[in-house]
Formats: sequence, C-alpha cells, structure tokens
Amino acid sequence: MGAERVIVVGASSGIGAAIAQQLLGEGAKVALLGRRESLLQEVANGAPSGADSAIIRAHDVTDFDSVSPLFDELVGLLGGLDKLIYVSGSMPTIEEHEYSPEKDRQMMEVNVLGAMAWMNPAAAHMEAARAGTIIGVSSIAGERGRRGNPAYCTSKAAMTTYLESLRNRLHRYGVRVVTAKPGFVRTAMTEGMGDLLWIIDAKEAARQILKLGASGRSISRFVPGRWWMVALVIRSIPSWIFRKLNL
Amino acid sequence: MTAMTIQRGTRRVVGGFGRAVASAARFAAPANEEELLSLLGQARAEGLPVALRGAGRSYGDAAMNAAGLILDLSAMNAVLDWNPETGVMVLEGAATIESIWRRALPDGWWPTVVPGTMFPTVAGCVAMNVHGKNHYRVGAFGDQVLELDLLTVEGEKITCGPEVNADVFEAVIGGLGVLGVVTRVTLQLKHVGSGDLEVEALSVPDLDALFNEYERRREEADYLVGWIDCFARGANLGRGVIHRANYVPLERHPAGADSLDPSHQTLPDRFFGVIPRGLMWRLLKPWVNDLGMRLVNASKYWASRLFDRAGTTFKQSHVGFAFLLDYVPRWRDTYGLGGFIQVQPFIPAQTARVAFRELIETCHEHGVIPYLGVFKRHRPDQFVLSHAIDGYSLALDIRVPADGRERVWKLGEALGDVVVRHGGRIYFAKDALANAGQIEACYGPDRIERFLAMKERLDPNGLLSSELSRRVLPQLPVVGTSTP
Repeated sequence: MGAERVIVVGASSGIGAAIAQQLLGEGAKVALLGRRESLLQEVANGAPSGADSAIIRAHDVTDFDSVSPLFDELVGLLGGLDKLIYVSGSMPTIEEHEYSPEKDRQMMEVNVLGAMAWMNPAAAHMEAARAGTIIGVSSIAGERGRRGNPAYCTSKAAMTTYLESLRNRLHRYGVRVVTAKPGFVRTAMTEGMGDLLWIIDAKEAARQILKLGASGRSISRFVPGRWWMVALVIRSIPSWIFRKLNL
Repeated sequence: MTAMTIQRGTRRVVGGFGRAVASAARFAAPANEEELLSLLGQARAEGLPVALRGAGRSYGDAAMNAAGLILDLSAMNAVLDWNPETGVMVLEGAATIESIWRRALPDGWWPTVVPGTMFPTVAGCVAMNVHGKNHYRVGAFGDQVLELDLLTVEGEKITCGPEVNADVFEAVIGGLGVLGVVTRVTLQLKHVGSGDLEVEALSVPDLDALFNEYERRREEADYLVGWIDCFARGANLGRGVIHRANYVPLERHPAGADSLDPSHQTLPDRFFGVIPRGLMWRLLKPWVNDLGMRLVNASKYWASRLFDRAGTTFKQSHVGFAFLLDYVPRWRDTYGLGGFIQVQPFIPAQTARVAFRELIETCHEHGVIPYLGVFKRHRPDQFVLSHAIDGYSLALDIRVPADGRERVWKLGEALGDVVVRHGGRIYFAKDALANAGQIEACYGPDRIERFLAMKERLDPNGLLSSELSRRVLPQLPVVGTSTP
C-alpha cells in the first residue's frame, strides 16, 4: 500500500499543526489547510521529515463555497483520500455580562458549518470508495451546557452529534468516523487560563487522536481517555445544582 | 416557477447496478425538456461534463460521472401513444420496459426485445442496444425501434430511424448515451397470443452438449437460453440447463384472454407460499460465497438432471420467464459490500466452443469462480458500436469480495484479452473493467472513427460523457479538458 493520503483542516497551529507534523513524519501525503499560508509552511518545515511532500493551501473554512472545488483539487493532487481530519475551532472569550451574536455566529461557522462543508464531500468520496476515515476534533465542552461560553458548548455538542450521525450513516459502507473529544490541551485556546486539570500538550493530543484514527474502529473517545470519568460526573449533576456551579 | 439550478456543493454517490463501482457526482433531476436544456446550458457555462442516467441498471460505470454532473431523467417517463391494432408504442425516453408490457399485454402484445429485468428505461435500452433471449431470431433492441427523437446539447431535435437520418440512428443505438438525449422512442411490439409461454427445460452434461442441444432447438424456439454451472471443470465443464420457450396461441390457452391480465403475470408475493419476497435476499445472503454457490449450482444442475425430461413442457408467464432477475427484490445486496461485476463476452460462432472453455478456465486459474453463467446466441446488426455479432455470449456474474478487488480486476483484464484474441466484443452494459486498447481491438478503428465523427457533429465540445465513455473511448472530446 502507498503512502496514506490525508487532508488536515486547521493545520496552522495547536492540535492541527501537531497532527500534520506527525503525519508528515510518518511519511503520509498531507494537505495542510489554514488561513495563513506562511504559518502552514512553518508547520510543514517543523515536521521531522516530509515537508517537501506537503501540500499547502490558504483556506478560510467559513468560505463555504470554496470547499467543494478545493476538495476535488486536493483529492486529485493527493491521488485519493484516506483520511479527513477536521481540527479548526474557534473559542473567543465571552465575558461575564457579555452577549455577542457575532462571536456566537463565528463559533458556529468555524466549529460546525465548516466541519459540515468539509465532511460532506469527504463522506461522499469515501462512501463511493467503500473505505476511509473521517476524524473530527470535538471537545468535552459539548457534554453539557456550561454558563461560561454557551455558543462554544453548543457548537461542540452539535459537532459530536453530527459526527455520531455520520458514523451511523457511513458504517454500512465501510467508512469509519472518529470523534475525538479532548479535555484541556496546551494551545492558544487555553493560554492564560492558569493551571488546568490533566492538561496535555498539543503533540500528545495529536498522538492520541491519530491513534484513535488508526485503530480501525468507528468510535467516540475523550482525549486523554480518563476524561470519561469527569464527563460522567458532569452529565449526572442535576440541572438545579449545575446552574449554581461555576463549571 | 424558479429555474432549476445545479447546486454547487451537493454530491450524490451513484454506483453501477452491480455496486462494485461507485463515485460521487453532482446531481440534478429535470422534470421536463425545458429544465433539461437549462441544466445543460449551466453545465456548459461551468465546463462541467454531464452524464445521463435513467434507471441506473447498467452493471458498471455507464451512468456514473465522478466530479461531473449526473442528470437523472427518470421523471420523463410517459407512454405517449399506443396503437393496439398495429402494435406501435410511442414512449418518452425514461419510460420503462415494465410500463410497455403493462400497457400492451392486455391487448395481446409484448415488447419484441426485453433484457432480463423490466426496470431499465427505453432510452437506456437504446444507449446499450440491449438484447434478450431471442436475439438470434429478432435482433437486439435497436431492431424494434421504428423512430426516435434525439435532443442534442445545442437544443436541436433530430428525428431518426432506419430510413430517416440513418447515420445518426445507427450511432445513437448502442451509443452509450453520449451523443444526445433520447427523448422519444417509437417501438414495434410483437403480437404474442396468450399471456404464457410453453417452457422446456433440459440438462446438458458438458459444454459440447450445451452447444449441440442449443443449436438443435434454435430453429423452432421463440426464446432459448442456457445456464452454466461455472464451478464444474474437466469433463463436466460447461454443464448446465437449457430453457426453450415458445409462444402459446390464445386459442390453445385454457385461460384464454385472462392470461393476458397483468395480475396473471406478476410474480408471487411469497416464495413457497411462506417467505415474503422482500425478505428473500436476506435468506439467500449466507449462501452467496464460494462454498454456498458451489452447492446451489450443483443442486440446480442435478435437480434438472433428475427431473427434467426433453419434450416435457410447463407453462410460465411472460414476466416469469423474461424477468428472472426481478423475482428477488434487492438480490444484488446478497453480494455484500463489495458488490459484483458482470462480464459478458461475445465470441464469433466459429471459435466460441474453444473460447468459452478458455473463459471458464481463466476464472478458475484466477481463483475467482462466477456464481452464474448465462449462454445465448446472437446475430449481427448495423449499429456502429453494437456488441451484436454472429456468435454466442457467456454472461458471468462475479462477486467482488471486499478484500479481493484486485484479483477480480486482474481476472477482468484477462477475460478481456481472451475476447480480443478470439475476435469477439465486450458488451458495454455489463462492463466495468475493459481498457481502451481492448475496446479498440474489439470494435476496430473504422467503427470507432465513425462514432467519433458523429460525436464531432452532434456534441463537438464533449459536454456529454460518462465514466464508461471516458474509460473505453478516451478519444472522445470531454468538456473542461484539453482535446486529446
């Protein structure tokens, strides 16, 4: 079998960058997408090897109309597609007393609609090929509606549910869909949040997410796995108590 | 009414009937000619290749179009006119074979040529020039077409037939659906008397016996088809069962005109009176593997060997005899995720005995045994890309295991080489694997030149194409790409 062919959407920083670098190092043919081309090039150059074979494309996931032709172009350049990994995410800070439809909309567009724009053509391609893996990076934040950032929690709950539907839709065609739900990861998103529970760095998150993707199973898992205990507790807290907490 | 537009992002996974090949394409389903022309115009403006799709009953990639646009024409399916005096029917392109017999049989008429299923559209049958179990006697589908309308991509309508615009007619029949849209077809049907056929079944112990017994019955038979157990080798190679069928005149049928009623024709809802038809595929599925099918094929042969006697006949309805494939809804799903391919080599009469032995042996050498083999006799016709030759064909159903695709593809190539070596033809409706070199060798440069010239005349920019046409005739122009 030839080199694995992968598209990583949101590869310019954080978990996405680490995923792209690991894949390049493993000899995969990778298309890196992100808004800033220079950053993508830096990411590719930072890979242990394989930078030369990287395909770099500046792309804004909220430019939905551009996805379909770009997808076809990349599949053509890669010579097929084995994995689509969607990592793009946006989490602007929402202050206490702040109510911002603009920020909410941005999160839904980047975290949900962008994922849908990319996963639809990938799902069609993979159903036809009777093979392939779609990996979506969601979040433990989607487990419950917390008071801190309503739209972020909503967007991740939407992504988790969307991926579950896609998993059920594609299972019979031999296509795997993996939902990775990280807890705290040391990236720009968590900067300045102080000491966080069980925090891991982006490289470790990438390693665990790619391991899930390579498991050959169609699954939904927390990253690291032990977050399931926290999720269980959080999901079990009755609403009338949950609203009094600062979670 | 808002004009129909081609959606930019929406894709649909569309496969061949055998489910072994599929691809994602953009998709639109015009309701009428006006919408059809508007969509063709938009596709042209975008430089998007367009493939036409009717019922999707071609086994391979004939109605597939990766990254292009598929126009599903199945809504344009009316029966426009029926004359029970002359047996002439006028239909829109996407009318199905089923709609023909349902309308005509109560008046004592039946489509002269039908394939093994009643669900294809007449335009699809035109594009592939399909044949039936009476090919050697009445010709292929194109031979019963009195006239047809071809809508070109420019919006011009060309009426053609054996006498009018015959050059267009001869290219459009068997023309893979890439010369224009067949919007109207006029067919000559056949007067059949009663609604039943008299069928004789006869087992044959080997390939020679199959050829001999088949030829012995050919003159007197209205329909004649052989089934081969492809698992049998050596002295038993080619063993199988021949089915001969003849029309039963109305006056000789005990039920008389009642036999023509569609309710007499339709297939039973339950098998053995118990198992609903819709569930049958699930019960069959565990048998669709090498061991199971070896048993099924052997049982079928031995049952016939023990119980069928030459000269003994039974009555079967036209639908029951002609549309065997339709007995089990979703039968193709028994093949599982990998699907199956069908291959149907046509071999000239002189070398068919040798070639068929070679074809079956080649399958065994590749470790891929066809689960079904069907044997028929054919006759040539005047159509440019027609598969019809003076010879025999052997249709093979080959399962594609999810992990054995490469092996099957290799076998497909090898079978194609056998066909080429014997001067035969590869049949496009069944094909998913042939390469351009094999097709050129089968059809010859003259026919291909004639077809290219007609394409140049009717669709010079190559707006219409399909995965099939691009694979087997890469010389054809394709919109959005530089001319080859």
